[in-house]
Amino acid sequence: MAEAITQPMAKRSASSFADYAPTYGAAAALVLLILANVVLTPNFADVDNFRNILVQVTPTMLVAIGMTFVIATGGIDLSVGSLMAIASAVAAVSLDYGAYPAMLAALVVVTLIGAFNGWLISTFKIQPIIVTLAILIAGRGVAQVISNGGQLIPFSNPSFEFWGKDSLFGILPVPILVMAVIIGLAIFILRATIFGRHVIAVGGNENAARLSGISVNRTKIMVYALSGLLAGIAGLIYTARLGASDASQVGQTIELDAIAATVVGGTALTGGRATVIGTVIGALIMQIITTSFNMNGIKFSYALVIKAAIILFVVYLQRPKSH
Amino acid sequence: MTNEPLLRMQSIRKVFSGVVALDDVNFTLERGEVHSLVGENGAGKSTLIKVMTGAYNRDGGEMFFEGKPVNFRTPEEAQNSGVVAVYQEVNLLMFRTVAENMFLGREPRRFGLIDWNKMYREAGEVLRNLGLQIDPKAVLGSLNIASRQMIAIARGVSLGAKILVLDEPTSSLTEREVGLLYDVIRRLKEQGTGIVYISHRFDELYAVCDKVTVLRDGKFIATRPLAGLERIDLVCLMLGKQREDLERKGATAFGEHHEAQAVQPLLETENLTRGRRLRNVSLRAGRGEILGMAGLLGSGRTEVARAVFGADAVDRGKVSLEGKPLKLNSPNDAIKAGIAFLSEDRKAEGIVPEWSVRENMTLAALPALTNLGVVSRAKQNEIVEKFMRRLGIKASSGEQKIRELSGGNQQKVLLARWLCKNPKFLILDEPTRGIDIGAKGEIQSLINELADEGLGVLMISSELEELVEGSSRIVVMRDGECAAELRGADISQDSIINAMAETN
Repeated sequence: MAEAITQPMAKRSASSFADYAPTYGAAAALVLLILANVVLTPNFADVDNFRNILVQVTPTMLVAIGMTFVIATGGIDLSVGSLMAIASAVAAVSLDYGAYPAMLAALVVVTLIGAFNGWLISTFKIQPIIVTLAILIAGRGVAQVISNGGQLIPFSNPSFEFWGKDSLFGILPVPILVMAVIIGLAIFILRATIFGRHVIAVGGNENAARLSGISVNRTKIMVYALSGLLAGIAGLIYTARLGASDASQVGQTIELDAIAATVVGGTALTGGRATVIGTVIGALIMQIITTSFNMNGIKFSYALVIKAAIILFVVYLQRPKSH
Repeated sequence: MTNEPLLRMQSIRKVFSGVVALDDVNFTLERGEVHSLVGENGAGKSTLIKVMTGAYNRDGGEMFFEGKPVNFRTPEEAQNSGVVAVYQEVNLLMFRTVAENMFLGREPRRFGLIDWNKMYREAGEVLRNLGLQIDPKAVLGSLNIASRQMIAIARGVSLGAKILVLDEPTSSLTEREVGLLYDVIRRLKEQGTGIVYISHRFDELYAVCDKVTVLRDGKFIATRPLAGLERIDLVCLMLGKQREDLERKGATAFGEHHEAQAVQPLLETENLTRGRRLRNVSLRAGRGEILGMAGLLGSGRTEVARAVFGADAVDRGKVSLEGKPLKLNSPNDAIKAGIAFLSEDRKAEGIVPEWSVRENMTLAALPALTNLGVVSRAKQNEIVEKFMRRLGIKASSGEQKIRELSGGNQQKVLLARWLCKNPKFLILDEPTRGIDIGAKGEIQSLINELADEGLGVLMISSELEELVEGSSRIVVMRDGECAAELRGADISQDSIINAMAETN
């Protein structure tokens, strides 16, 4: 009784749909944004343009999906941009061994670094923002060391570039396909697998999760490893599309876009509530803002301010409602 | 002044998404009256209070304050009119002074700056009027919990409260401190303040309240003067039962004693030691037995539970189940072996508040509820249906969020979380703490049933009555050691208290 008084009472009791669905604010904002651009921006409503938007959003999207898992546990991963750079550099310097060994090596390295993040965070109880900030700083340095002091490394390797530049049947760019598969997998994992449920439980009440027999440390290590892996894939796709590895620039400030996309999508920064579909919508919102401003010739500096305003507005729409 | 009561609430109705929380509830408070509000969890006490103090807007009915119709839309509006709620978990600033806390947000000003002298003077006056000897310049965090609670009340008084709502004001107080609270309440009463008093403890109601209003399932049952109302009759009103029924069955139906059925114990611990908190604790518990564990706060009773469950690593000692030694590095090991543990802190270590009843109930059992690694909704629902029925969990459905349930129902969901795994040994740490009397009886009879079915139970409780009635044996903990083991005719509240209190 005593606690019943201090408890917030939700007006609407939860349906299972509402648990998984992105918050309607984000979806509405995305629809509005698209409609406004269809009307206002010349050439916006064009298949090529949409395809372009989807290709461009791919790295942010992949990183944001990893971020969603991390944030679901109540953590944060600032190191993703540097991990993209490391993946890019490792792949570029080892392309002589073949495209696939090089890509595999890159992904293994960043996944291990992600797991290292999770190990420090879970085993030594260091705050996620501190651990991943350290790796953000160190990782960029490591990436530059790998690429001979941060030089641009151009390459010509069709098997690798396939993942960034080619299209299937001439219409479906490979990055979009990869992104779609990963989105589908992520939704499935978070919703329906034991690992996904454990992720949310850890974020929702870590003590309760531990006493229910969930290995909290292992769950956290896996989450950061997953974030590292997805950052690595993002880094490889970006590098393949560019046809060169630029370790000092790849993934700069992508962690901020990824966090913004996640939060805009309705995932709670406190953990315990996460939606992959929301993150997808959030990432699309961010990309469409950027693209449409470019197309309308609005200066980048203005674009940043307006983007920030839109983020705040969408998050405002989704604030927890009191009675 | 008219003959109108201080507050009159009439035919109050409140609906949450189709669920009626309050239906045609009446409540009247006179000047200088201490009026208790009682009922089981889910009776609607908290909802009524929130309607009264503007935290909720009512969906029907009328409210008159000093004879005038009122409609508080926010807690601020209610406060400005003189209706103030003092909650159990006080929202005060630990690093600021008593006076600052009392005048937070409405500090007396002079030339645009805070008039410190005036603030300390006025705070001092309010405290003196309540008979409190607390220095208004003291930093709040340096005071004990009881004093902080009094400051919260004093803050309400300094706001000019004509009605004070006290929600479980004694839950964190010692006996002596409770006396202090009573004095404050008496003074407020003399000054004509109306007080709404919520507590689970009958002793307090009878000590301090004039009247009691009983709610059940969101409905108004009765308002009675407490003088002359027998406790058993009050329980009957709360539970909606006839007195004759109660007398036949006993208030809790929790009287049977189980004896260990097997010669070989189910669970055995040997010399569990962890720093100074646990010292050489050796226990034996049999199948079908309810082993009670008593002890004061800090005596090591919860530490025993956590050690057996693998939640805290021990320095040395052994635990074995069915004669097999267990390696206990994590709760997961204990769970796999068939041990379950219901923590004493439902909120911090039990529920995942944002999750539904279904997800909370099946949290520990997920690996068994999958098809090829995919969590099966059908298998989950099967369990949820079964246990909602068996434990009588009151929720609109398995999809309702657990934080919307009453404490008793939350506890039942957490019990189900373990029962659905068919454990061999169940550790219950304060299974009925903070739960209303109806749900309490239900949980106690359930524990009895489980023991009948052959489960071993270790029940930790600070309620001696519960231990004496429910246990077949009782271990008393003191300073991290087993101080005594009581059985059969030796079991009584007296003997437990003696064992707790003895000095080495």
